[in-house]
Amino acid sequence: MVRAWDPRIESMPKDELEKLQYRLLKTLVYRLYSFSPFYCRRMKESGVHPDDIRELGDVAKLPFMVKSDLRDNYPDGIFTASRDELVRYHVSSGTTGKPTVVGYTAHDLENWTTSLARALTSVGLGRGDVVQVSYGYGLFTGGLGLHYGAERIGATVVPTSVGNTERQIELMQDLQVTAIACTPSYLLHIGEVAEKMGVSIKNDTQLKMGILGAEPWSEQMRKRMEETMGIAAYDIYGTSELSGPMFTECTEQQGIHIWGDLALTEIVDPQTGERLEPGERGELVFTILQKEALPMIRYRTGDITMMDDAVCACGRTHPRIARLSGRVDDMLIIRGINVFPSQVEHVLMSIPEMGEHFMIVVDRKGSLDTMLVQVEVSREAFSDKITDLMNIRAKVVHALRSILNVNVDVELVEPGSLPRFEGKAKRVVDKRVI
Amino acid sequence: MDTQEYTIKQISVFSENRPGRLAAIAHALEEEKINIFAFSIAEAKGFGVVRALVDKPDLAYKKLTELGFMVSFTNVIAVRMRDEPGGLSDIARIIGDASINIEYAYAYSGRDAAVLILRVDHVEDAIRSIRAAGGDLIRAEMFT
Repeated sequence: MVRAWDPRIESMPKDELEKLQYRLLKTLVYRLYSFSPFYCRRMKESGVHPDDIRELGDVAKLPFMVKSDLRDNYPDGIFTASRDELVRYHVSSGTTGKPTVVGYTAHDLENWTTSLARALTSVGLGRGDVVQVSYGYGLFTGGLGLHYGAERIGATVVPTSVGNTERQIELMQDLQVTAIACTPSYLLHIGEVAEKMGVSIKNDTQLKMGILGAEPWSEQMRKRMEETMGIAAYDIYGTSELSGPMFTECTEQQGIHIWGDLALTEIVDPQTGERLEPGERGELVFTILQKEALPMIRYRTGDITMMDDAVCACGRTHPRIARLSGRVDDMLIIRGINVFPSQVEHVLMSIPEMGEHFMIVVDRKGSLDTMLVQVEVSREAFSDKITDLMNIRAKVVHALRSILNVNVDVELVEPGSLPRFEGKAKRVVDKRVI
Repeated sequence: MDTQEYTIKQISVFSENRPGRLAAIAHALEEEKINIFAFSIAEAKGFGVVRALVDKPDLAYKKLTELGFMVSFTNVIAVRMRDEPGGLSDIARIIGDASINIEYAYAYSGRDAAVLILRVDHVEDAIRSIRAAGGDLIRAEMFT
């Protein structure tokens, strides 16, 4: 096995890992049933008792938790540690209502830091590395999370937080920064500002790695950043409800390792809540096995991904999740099949004749849903021959149908005719009257 | 033989199949005082391609591109036909005998003659064979 922070845990045989998870789950459920009025009530309402948990798979008998559980109990109604046991709060921004508050005991912070120590070691960081933490410091979990994780493995932290990009680039050069942790869009911004300053990230800095997350990004973005900046770019995942950013890919870049002793991962159908098999795409659900202040059982993250339970080429046995492909809130159901706008975007980006702008129009004819994808043809691909254009259209139809498993109609439209978005794009028009 | 002088620059414009698109293209050409000699519309599922022979193709290209249209140039040839029964038949036979594959064609009948406009796979070969078989090709300069 390659260098690891905790080789014993990280490459623990699967059956042992599952035994450990079962033991932790059982303990957690008993504890919550006894000491958490909130979760005890939840379990009684769904007719499940801790004694019903007899094997790891029985986790599926437990009721889900959702974000509104935290919001409705603002600020600390479902905490299971007393106030004097808490050592920190983080608060997530309440873009869609009240904010949510997460509390941490010393032990919770320790597990969070351990999780990141393993993750950062798995991408090859350690003593001698200089890590620029350009996530926001403060109520947001990103900055402080990465900060303590990187310090734990003996790396040197440059706590730049966000903003003042020119200064960030100067420090990156002067302090010989080897890795940066930030959002992918901020790294792109740094690249653009550096270019204007006459600095090439690739040639004029020691940067060799980006730890990127906290917003969706694509494999194409990864390739572009890796090529133009001469770095390896790694995906990181976490939400404040879990503690913060906790898990990353390893150097294999084949999915994000979720440490099984800290979190039990499930993928469920967002509609029915039924568990899905590895390789099936659905909603990511976490049970945090060792949290003291704010335990989360079967927390529905709203993130869409799939799980890979096979042992990784790096030797780590813990399950991996694929790059997030969307949010449950964005999901469309077309004739009973789940479709994500991000899947459509992914298909279109893989076809060179297509421009980057598209719209999805969903309608209902009689009792059948219809899905129309309008896409702008790229100017370079425009041919005077109708047959060429028809072939391009057929290619898009075929690619979309094979990925989405839904009958899709495709309309080629004039360049510039589709709406442009600043910030979050709204690419779906749902005309169905249900 | 210089085939260049018989190669005519046609503009092709991508257009969605909805009301007002032709009007928008025609209005743009009018604004630039561009004269249209011949044009056709080919339609497919949800979109079409407007093709035109105009007196100022470069200006037309510039104007339409500025307006956001997707425009391209295509080389075509134009054959003069007798404007009487059998005119098309004569030309079609010449083209067929020369094994020229027609991608698409459209025609107009004007004061001086009837003209068949052709897009073919191999423009230079087609010009040579049509001329060799006695076909009367119109020089590109006639369209400026």
